[in-house]
Amino acid sequence: MTTTQVPLVDYLALGDKPHLVANECTSCGARFFDRRNACASCFATEFKKVDIATEGEVRSFTIVTFAAPGVPVPFVAAIVDCGGTSVRANVINCDPTPEKVTLGMKVRLATYSLGNDDNGAEAIGFGFEPIA
Amino acid sequence: MASDDIYILGIYMTKFGKYPDKDTVDLAAEAVMAALADGGVTMKDMGIMAAGCLMGQGGIGQQIQKQVGQTGIPVYNVSNACATGATALRTAIMAIKAGECDMGLAVGVEKLAGVGLLGASPASKGSGKEWKATGRYGSVANTDGLIGTNNMPGTFAQVGMEYGHKYGGATFELFAKISEKNHAHSTLNPLAAYNKRMTLDEIMNDIMIAYPNTRPMCSANCDGAAAAVVVSGKKLKTLSLEQQRRAIKVSASILTSDPYQEACQVLPDVNTLTRIAAKQAYEQAGVSPSDLNLVELHDCFATAELVHYDNLMLCEEGGAVDFFNSGATWRDGKTPVNVSGGLESKGHPIAATGIANIWEVCHHLRGEAGPRQIEGAKVGLAHVIGLGSACGVHILEKSAL
Repeated sequence: MTTTQVPLVDYLALGDKPHLVANECTSCGARFFDRRNACASCFATEFKKVDIATEGEVRSFTIVTFAAPGVPVPFVAAIVDCGGTSVRANVINCDPTPEKVTLGMKVRLATYSLGNDDNGAEAIGFGFEPIA
Repeated sequence: MASDDIYILGIYMTKFGKYPDKDTVDLAAEAVMAALADGGVTMKDMGIMAAGCLMGQGGIGQQIQKQVGQTGIPVYNVSNACATGATALRTAIMAIKAGECDMGLAVGVEKLAGVGLLGASPASKGSGKEWKATGRYGSVANTDGLIGTNNMPGTFAQVGMEYGHKYGGATFELFAKISEKNHAHSTLNPLAAYNKRMTLDEIMNDIMIAYPNTRPMCSANCDGAAAAVVVSGKKLKTLSLEQQRRAIKVSASILTSDPYQEACQVLPDVNTLTRIAAKQAYEQAGVSPSDLNLVELHDCFATAELVHYDNLMLCEEGGAVDFFNSGATWRDGKTPVNVSGGLESKGHPIAATGIANIWEVCHHLRGEAGPRQIEGAKVGLAHVIGLGSACGVHILEKSAL
């Protein structure tokens, strides 16, 4: 039996080569990850899907040690520059310490299981891991 | 004074702290009545009221009126995150500028003591679950903690770290030193929620909330209110010489929202809108950053204070680290910043903050700040930023009388 997989968010494309997909404004090129009504930059309403680079560099990060109930800590929240498109994600598969996580470090997209729901569907999350 | 100028006639902030026996209306009423008394006027003189209480149920303005005076004037209940107080003030100023009235009242109040982490949302529940996509990102679970962080300490930590990545030098120790300054400043402010001086070691070894922000590097949740009475220059001329002497000129009143920038929907961009607001404010007031005798800026976290040195153009672009290290922002420095103790030590009852910072600046411009007086202060700037985002910048000047 094959398990159905669902992405944590719409903009995570699963399959052989998991990657993120943005809505790109066909008029000005601004990229967004959410459902759009219009472009925040130029107000146009036409968008096309574009694949985002799966490798990038950490432009900013924090190590969160206090979070809401049920959110496991510590975790590393970061902004990753993926070939000019900024992506919000956790840095994973890396010790959450300022010694291991550094500004400018090179990272790549990685996925992991968030577990199965009552129907047996498996949710897949993503983060960025250091490129060794 | 020109007829179309705007002045602060009366202003007040409550002591910030914990008020288990008072509600938001009690605190706001104290601030309103004291601001009116400070200006030598009454509710009868007010032509408009603008009020904010971010965590409230709405209608805070009318609730306050029911305790301090119901005169039938228009009430604007405003909400603009941490810029709510500045938005209320600006609303009253706009009504006067529009010629609808010659005096107005702005008030902000919050009860935040003990509320804990702001912005964080609890993880989704596991039992009987079904992965079902909801919301604008089609997420099947709460993404806070899975895709970055929604909480404020972590968000603003990234704002400071991003600056460090761009320009260098922004270490954990540097951010802690900014906090050390503000906690030291607060020892002279009897209205601050916390008046304790903290050593750099104490700050760096306190509980880590979101690296590099430890607990004392985060704004202090507390209760408090602040209120201001604003008046047109034309009306002020008809008031007493004492009222005219203590009146503080609002040389610039600016409110901006965040213009689109790459990445601004990924990590809130608190820089661009602050820079735009500052530029507009300096132009409107006809002053330059070097004219400022003191600045109260939105240090919701130590990591935020650093970037706003740059955004408010207190230093060269990219030069905030060197600027701080030069000692410029200590109370005996070139441009004293947050001599009140700032949000980290004075406290941050959200909707009160954008008026309380105006109160601090007015207090110095009037020469009434006692032991923490910045001697000879003539021009000051007050800045707030509400995430989402909204930025308020006011430039204030001492009366020429």
